[in-house]
This record gives sequence, C-alpha cells and structure tokens, in this order.
Amino acid sequence: MAIREAEPVASLNEVREAGLDREDLLQIYRNMVITRGIEERGHILYRQGKIPGSFYTGRGNEAASVGVAMAMTAEDVGTPLHRDMGVHVTRGVEPWRIFAQYMGRRDGPTKGKDGNVHMADARLGMIAMVSHLPAMLPVATGCALAFRIREERRVAVGWFGEGASARGDTHESMTFAGTRRLPVVFVCDNNQWAYSTPTHLEYATEHVADRASAYGFDGVVVDGTDVLAVYREAKRAIEKAREGGGPTLLECQTLRMEGHAVHDDAFYVPKELFEEWAKRDPLERFRVWLQEHANMTTDEEEEIGGNVKKLLNDALHRAEESPLPDPSELTEGVYATPEDLDTPHHK
Amino acid sequence: MAERTYLQAISDGLRQEMRRDKRVYVIGEDVGVYGGAFKVTLGFQEEFGPWRVIDAPLAETAIVGSCTGAAIMGLRPVAEMQFADFVSCAWDQLVTVAAKQRWRVGTPVPIVVRCPSGGGFSGGPFHSQNPESSFAHIPGLKVLCPATPEDAKGLLVSAIEDPNPVLYMEHKHLYRRIKAEVPEERYTVPIGKARTHQEGDDVTVVTWGAMVYTAAEAAQQVDGASVEIIDLRSILPWDKQAVLESVRKTSKVLVLHEDTRTGGFGAEIAATIAEEAFEDLDAPVKRIAAPDTPVPFSPPLEKAFIPQVEGVAKELKELIEY
Repeated sequence: MAIREAEPVASLNEVREAGLDREDLLQIYRNMVITRGIEERGHILYRQGKIPGSFYTGRGNEAASVGVAMAMTAEDVGTPLHRDMGVHVTRGVEPWRIFAQYMGRRDGPTKGKDGNVHMADARLGMIAMVSHLPAMLPVATGCALAFRIREERRVAVGWFGEGASARGDTHESMTFAGTRRLPVVFVCDNNQWAYSTPTHLEYATEHVADRASAYGFDGVVVDGTDVLAVYREAKRAIEKAREGGGPTLLECQTLRMEGHAVHDDAFYVPKELFEEWAKRDPLERFRVWLQEHANMTTDEEEEIGGNVKKLLNDALHRAEESPLPDPSELTEGVYATPEDLDTPHHK
Repeated sequence: MAERTYLQAISDGLRQEMRRDKRVYVIGEDVGVYGGAFKVTLGFQEEFGPWRVIDAPLAETAIVGSCTGAAIMGLRPVAEMQFADFVSCAWDQLVTVAAKQRWRVGTPVPIVVRCPSGGGFSGGPFHSQNPESSFAHIPGLKVLCPATPEDAKGLLVSAIEDPNPVLYMEHKHLYRRIKAEVPEERYTVPIGKARTHQEGDDVTVVTWGAMVYTAAEAAQQVDGASVEIIDLRSILPWDKQAVLESVRKTSKVLVLHEDTRTGGFGAEIAATIAEEAFEDLDAPVKRIAAPDTPVPFSPPLEKAFIPQVEGVAKELKELIEY
C-alpha cells in the first residue's frame, strides 16, 4: 500500500484516456460555473436577509466536488458535505430547489426542516449530511457493505474534511472498510482550515492520505484545484473499488477561499495564502485549460455563461415563489410508514 | 407451541426472519464464529454465511452507522451491541443520523439495534445498564423492552418489519431464567401496545422488562391484594391509553423501573397520569426506581441498587392502605 501524489493533467489525450470527450469537458466546466453561481447568489440572498440562520459555501472546492461526482456512475451513491455543492449540481439537483432550501421554503429537499447544504435527493443516489462530521462516513461504508452483500457492482463515496479526520468515525469506517475491502472511496476535502484550526493542529502526518496504508488500502493526494486530475484519480479509485480492489483514501488539496461560514471573515488565514491560492482558482484554471487544450471558443464560453446566468435567475424567481412551510408541517414525518419504504433505494 | 427460554425466543425470531427475508442480516462483535457473547446467534453463520452474519471490528459507531447506510440501500440490518452499555459509543449514529433522517429528508432508516441490558449478576457499571430512557427522549426512534419469551420473539419480528430505527432492549437477566410456550410460526406483537400481565382492582403497577416479574412476586407477598400489572413492552411509543384505563379502574398506581430514578421514563408516565387522570387518583403516584448512582458491582451494593421484591411489596401495601 502506498501513498501517491497524483500528477497534474496536461493534455487532451490524457483526458481522453481517462474517459472524457469534449462534450464532457464542457459539461464539467458548466457544472463548476453553476456551482459557484449558486453560492455567489446565496451570498446575495443572505445579505438581503432572505436566508435564515447561517450560510456556508465551498468556494475553492468546485473542482474537487465536480471532479469526483463526474467519476461516479448513476448507480453509485454518496454522502456529500457542505463544501460539495458541485456534487449536487453534477448529480442533477435543480438549482431552484437549492435556493428554496437556503431560504427554508417548502420546495427545498428538506421542506424547510433543515437548512443550508443539509440536503440531498435520494432519487439521485445522495444521502443528506448531518452537522456532526464525519458522521456520514460510517453511513457511506454501510452503503458499500450493502453492495458487497448483494454482490452489486456499485460504489459508495463518503466525503469528509481534514478537520473531521480527527474523529473516531473516520477511524472506525476506514478500519471496517479496510478489513472487508468494501467498495467505498473516502474523499477528503482538505481545505486546510477546520473553522479556525490549521492542519498542524488536526493531524501530525504530512498528508491525511498517509493514514491509508495503516488501514490497508491506497492513499492518493491530488491537487483539488485541477478538476481533471481529481476526475482521473476519482475514476481510478471508484473503478478499483468496483472491481473488488477495496477502498481508496483520496485527498483533494484546496484552500477554503472564504470563512467557515458567512459570519466568519477568516482573519486567521494569512493573506499571502489567499493570494497564492487565488492564482490557482479552479474555475479560471480550467477555463484557460479548455481554451488551450480543447479549443473552447469565446462564443462557447459566453454561451455557457449566459445559459447559467439565465438558469440561476429563473431558479431564484421560482424559489422565491415557493411558500414557506406551514407550522402544521412541523410534526409530520417524524416516523416513517411502511409506504415510505417504497423508495428508489428500497425497491 | 414449544417451551422456549427468552433467549431462545429472540434467537428463533431472528432466524425465522433471516430465512424469510434475504435482506435481513446480522452485524456485531463476535456474532459470527462465536455466536454472540450470549449465544443468541449461535449457528447463524453456518446457516447464513459470513456476509449475513458479520463479525465486525470493535467499532460500535461503524456497526450502527453502516446499518443506516445499508438500510437506506434497501437491506434490513440487525445490529447487536454486545452489551446495551456500549450503545453509548453509537449514540451519534442513532440520535444524530438515523433518528432524524426521515423527518429531515424523507428517508426511512429501518434498522434494529439489539441491546442486551439490565443487571442482577454483578456486571458492574458498564455491563448492567438500562439505557431505554435516554433513547425514549429522541423523536424518530422506537424503544422496545420485552419481558416474556412470546413478546421477545414477536416484538423482534415487528422491529425488523418496522420502517424506523428501533432499539430492542433484551433483558439479560431474563435470558435463561424465563421460559414459556412460544408459537413456532411467525407472528408479530404490535409496537406501542401494553400487555396486562395480571389483572387486579386495588392498585396498578406500570413496569417493563425484568421488573414485571419483580412486581408479580411482590404482589403475591401482599395478602389479599388485587394488583394489576401493566407490562408496557414498548417505551417509545408507549401505551398511554392502557395505563390511563388501568389507573381509572384502580385509582392507585406504582411506576416501577430498573433504570435510575431522575429523568427515568417512569417520570414521564407519572407526569402523564397527573395531567390526565388526577381526578381518578385516590393516592399520590408512587415511583420505585434504582437510586441515582452508577450500577454497582458487589452483590450487596447491587441488591441495594436494583428494586427488590420486598421493597416493591412494602410500597404496594402502603399504597393499598393509603
């Protein structure tokens, strides 16, 4: 078992080998633009006082989240977190429902019962996160266990942050998944800051992925601002798991480009660090790559930008028309009924 | 019908469900090769194989958390905590994840967590607890405490069938001590319905688990007393109606449980009776529970901790004479 630092993706040929055609590349770019656009509009909604509670974004993590999600098949499942809006977008959650969720409206995936990115669409193979990180890793491991029991060629992806890597859930999940060689990929969004706590106070190894060898599987460190490198490594890990090769710990290195949440100005992050990572902005990086290696034209770029703008503007209008929940809905659905088991997963 | 111990009844129910439904699997520490610390799953791995009777690492968070994932993927996991005490290590997975998922996002989590609970054999502070009250406070969970072999089997089947996370508290002190006729065929016992262990007119005892037998013995010690014993069987949801009906009939009530007193589920029952049947009472609601200490190890201390027949009989007598 080894820790490998992934190479950056250089040419269109390499990308084709990884299984992406030009259409896919433009789709990836579009998903990243939508992801950032949703969160930028979320900021505006928050300032307008339309979002109750707090507001979290994944700025700087767009490549990592979209890259991994693109590597999953429709039958694969996952437990994305609050920096992983790109996963929801890639899986096909409609932006208007995300805005409705932000604003606590009835048409959000949780119908106003939970807020911000505490959501998921089960029909799209996603399971909604809780705040207790990384409590979803044991759940993702259990999805993989189900696939193994039923001998299905499906893979579960469990996300966690470098901060949450300190908690026992991480250790227990990786121990169990390692011993049983379960088809699960553990994706660490390492954005260097757990709220205000830097990495050297969260773990004493060079990389979080260094731990993988202790659990008996591979660890890979990848530049989380390079969407194609993330895609390639995620694809390798997912297909390896599908073939019975067991788990992989894939660590995507990024910088959290905003505070922990909207109230936090991140004064504790050195300015130089922000400046350094701003030069590696995942969207800008991929845009330039597409121009240089995939001949993305100005027309194509503008078309994508214009379409996304219209998509999000329409989504905002639709979300604002969604009603707030009625107080009578509070007590609905605490307990499931047998009919609830008639879901896509349970069939 | 065949005579089965409480433990055999649990084992029978589980085996029957696993034979009937391929989605049901068992996971826990030492449940496979060893057959479980109390041998509930003895022989299961030979019959169902290592992927349906899964020996897990010593990792309660991963055991229960993985059940949630597998349940959402359509399986029907039954986790065994080696002792109910260890369920504290899986608190987050039960309370934070499983209990809230249906309400938050509409995803049902049909899992069963078997918790061998209760004291009476010098298990000490970490092998004797009755954690039902802690979980009865959590909306989204169900909590069962069977007292008889028949209920042990039927409630386990109901728990596996139920689309919610269910904590199934099986009392260790009943495992081999209690025997009764148990139907051989598959049947369910409704969750949330109490059972009248014995009928009576003078006083009602509301209890569950091993205390059902303590109450019955105590009732025999009170000469000429007609004691009604309501075995709740299910703590969350609990059968308020059955309790109130019995209280209205007898006008006197003793709430008895093996768990500690403060914040114990008996307090909820007493409060409900005070709210809804105050006018029907001829005496204050009495509570007997363990004192507010950890469960002790040494026999005289443990005897002082777990409610004993003599103490219950004394309270019953006082209530009747009130």
